Amino acid sequence: MAENQRILVCAGTGCASSGAHKIIDVLQEEIIRQGIQDRVSVVSTGCHGFCEQGPTLIIEPQQTLYTQVKPEDVPEIVAQDLVGGKLVERLLYIDPLTKKPATTFANSNFFAKQVRVVLQNCGFIDPEKIQDYVDNAGYKGLTNALKMSPDEVVEEVKKAGLRGRGGAGFPTGLKWSFCRNSPGNKKYIICNADEGDPGAFMDRGVLEGDPHSVIEGMLIGAYAIGADEGYVYCRAEYPLAIKHMEIAIAQAEQAGYLGENIMNSGFNFRLKIRAGAGAFVCGEETALMASIEGRRGMPNVRPPFPAQSGLWGKPTNINNVETWSSIPHILKNGAEWYTQYGTEKSKGTKIFALTGKINNTGLVEVPMGTTLRDILFDIGGGIQNGKAFKAVQIGGPSGGCLPDEMLDLQVDYDTLTKAGAMVGSGGLVVMDETTCMVDIARFFLDFSQKESCGKCTPCREGNKRMWDILDRITKGEGKLEDLDTLENLALVIKETSLCGLGQNSPNPVLATLKYFRSEFEAHIVDHKCPAHVCTALLTYSIDAEKCKGCGLCAKNCPVGCITGEKKAPHQIDEAACIKCGTCLEKCKFDAVIRL
Amino acid sequence: MEWLTLTIDGREVSALKGSTVLEACRVNNIPIPTLCYDKALTPAGACRLCIVQIEGMRNLPPSCVTQVTQGMKVETQNEKVRNARKTILELLVANHPLDCMTCQKLGDCSLAEYAYEYGVKGQEYKGEKRQLPIDDDNPYILRDLNKCILCGKCIATCEAVTERNVIGFAYRGFQAKVSTFMDTDLKDSSCVYCNRCVAICPVGALMDKNMIGKGRAWELKKEEVTCTFCDSGCEFVINSKNGKVLGVTAKSASNGRPLCLKGRIGSDFRYNSERTDKPFINRDGEFVQVTWSEFLGLGNIVEKINSLTK
Repeated sequence: MAENQRILVCAGTGCASSGAHKIIDVLQEEIIRQGIQDRVSVVSTGCHGFCEQGPTLIIEPQQTLYTQVKPEDVPEIVAQDLVGGKLVERLLYIDPLTKKPATTFANSNFFAKQVRVVLQNCGFIDPEKIQDYVDNAGYKGLTNALKMSPDEVVEEVKKAGLRGRGGAGFPTGLKWSFCRNSPGNKKYIICNADEGDPGAFMDRGVLEGDPHSVIEGMLIGAYAIGADEGYVYCRAEYPLAIKHMEIAIAQAEQAGYLGENIMNSGFNFRLKIRAGAGAFVCGEETALMASIEGRRGMPNVRPPFPAQSGLWGKPTNINNVETWSSIPHILKNGAEWYTQYGTEKSKGTKIFALTGKINNTGLVEVPMGTTLRDILFDIGGGIQNGKAFKAVQIGGPSGGCLPDEMLDLQVDYDTLTKAGAMVGSGGLVVMDETTCMVDIARFFLDFSQKESCGKCTPCREGNKRMWDILDRITKGEGKLEDLDTLENLALVIKETSLCGLGQNSPNPVLATLKYFRSEFEAHIVDHKCPAHVCTALLTYSIDAEKCKGCGLCAKNCPVGCITGEKKAPHQIDEAACIKCGTCLEKCKFDAVIRL
Repeated sequence: MEWLTLTIDGREVSALKGSTVLEACRVNNIPIPTLCYDKALTPAGACRLCIVQIEGMRNLPPSCVTQVTQGMKVETQNEKVRNARKTILELLVANHPLDCMTCQKLGDCSLAEYAYEYGVKGQEYKGEKRQLPIDDDNPYILRDLNKCILCGKCIATCEAVTERNVIGFAYRGFQAKVSTFMDTDLKDSSCVYCNRCVAICPVGALMDKNMIGKGRAWELKKEEVTCTFCDSGCEFVINSKNGKVLGVTAKSASNGRPLCLKGRIGSDFRYNSERTDKPFINRDGEFVQVTWSEFLGLGNIVEKINSLTK
């Protein structure tokens, strides 16, 4: 066993929070203790994407994937695998579908069915070392771009068919050409890293794991557009992303990729970071620019568009992290190569963040046009605890919930919008049969109405009133007319709101009304929550036939509303019951009935 | 100057290139309701009441920020537009105290005017209303943010005065409100009570305290004058009822610097019982009443003229 090995330990935010740094420390100690430090190196990488199984580590070149590693597992890994050459089987990933262990990461369904373009470096390089990036064909796209004319670069991006990954899906090349053709000799470009959708973390993954790909993308964009200054607007809740970006910018400056006369081309570009202050609406372009300028992050009416008058009144082009990060691959491999992935109108690959009641929570990248079923069941490993799939929320609070009959939908910008959802930033929140769709609509609306900036009336007041109505329905106080009121409000808010937040915030309500109307009606007419979620509509009672009088429920009831003699059936005082469900959980005889 | 032709509600009209749909409508006497629009301010497009339907444009664009184009087809009164406006008004009224009977703004309130026009009664959306404390700790402006519709005009007009910028938006969502720095009362802010904000407020959120209870909007006679207290020449409005001046209010935000306190409050001197119509001259540290001709040095004017002709 003399070959050189690298241990890639995921130290993204998720794995770091479950002890990745400790694992790295112990690994380094153990390697020295075993005397193999000359041939084994430990690399602290960005996100592997397999968050559910974190902390994860990959051993190269064998491609061994160990999951849910704890610091105390490290001596065994070092002794048995690195020294002994034998797999530590108990740490291998067991596929929830096949129940078989995956001996390499590449033969697990989770990784094998993905097409990793943007994420190809994430988890495989040290994001704090520019050399790692350069060794993996980094800054090759820039080198190619600088040999072309700016117009040719714009054309190449147009030909690639790349569309904005931030949500709206506007063609990137076309957007660049607007800013390029806008008069003025001072222009800005901005990277929108204010990822705020609940359940979305793809931009964080890229910034933490491969920050140079974003810088390279921005350099190419700046060259094409004619900008000499750029900003990365990153939410302050991503401290590791900001740290890695700061390191990357400093190293890129040192290496001559940023600054004056870049790679002797005469092209200059400076890049700065601005941390957001926690407002969701700052992901909207005009609000984002206001925030960079030091003003309150509130959207402004368009026109003027940012390409005409953006940051400090200068022509400005804003793209999202994933869009910028896709650019180097297009310039490196050519537009034609890029168009091999995707559908007719949505080219390339897209990263999705899988969350909710799914087995493989994490980041996955697939070609546009992959079906939801493939993403959720093949790669995502299906629903947790063998429960039934109910819906998937696509596109966060601006998207919509799609039911199981939409699972064979090929995911791209146009099909999803037609179905009442949207690609959005790419968050997929999976719900199982225990999720109440009225409650979910209320949850997303609660987010939108709290994050409304308050500027325009329909968004500020309308979302609040929609939330009021949904809240009443979940408490059994709704009326059937409420559904018409909701629909009217939703349409007016969509059609009259100032920015994308208000224009899309009613989508979760409209989509749930479209696909799950019967659940709304059950709450209103029957005063029942079919998923047993809305506590105001639940009743708990004890089946006297099944109750053995063990007293376990009474002992655990937090409000003491269960009474009964020993070995005799117990009763629940409904008036005092807070419907917490503890009795149901504790009963060993299935005697507690929830209706 | 280039003129464009467009169709509004089936009528062919002309509008200047570069003007907005709202301006085109107003020039042609087509009524469009607005709450946040003021021709002296940059349009914010915030209240969304001026929305119209334009062929080929998605959603219902606000007319105040949409520029006219040649051949544009605009509908300002169809069912969809009226329903959207009515819904927006219902939403505003749902979060507005309906104490119109005692509100000083009655008769001059844009929200009440449009609610009347669109038949909005405030019954549609019942739920939480704001419960904010009334800012009444200063002698000049009564600030009731429960009545505020967040049109933002007060902020824009305050920002227009150099080094003022007393108020801005604060908080988010339903909690959003107009606030001073650190959300203090006006008296603890850098406000100088120029009252530009009061003059521009379309509802009863900002009221001139010296006018409260003195008369209804329709009882007041308004006269525009130029202040003579100093040489700045601010314009303001004298409000009088039954021939008696009740108070002076700032005219509009556009006229250069705002009205200072001296100009606005000075009108009270007119009814001061100790006010005199004879001038005084300071002689050896004491004020002595003299005649106007003596005060102006005109006492021996005839002799002076005669001496010049010799």
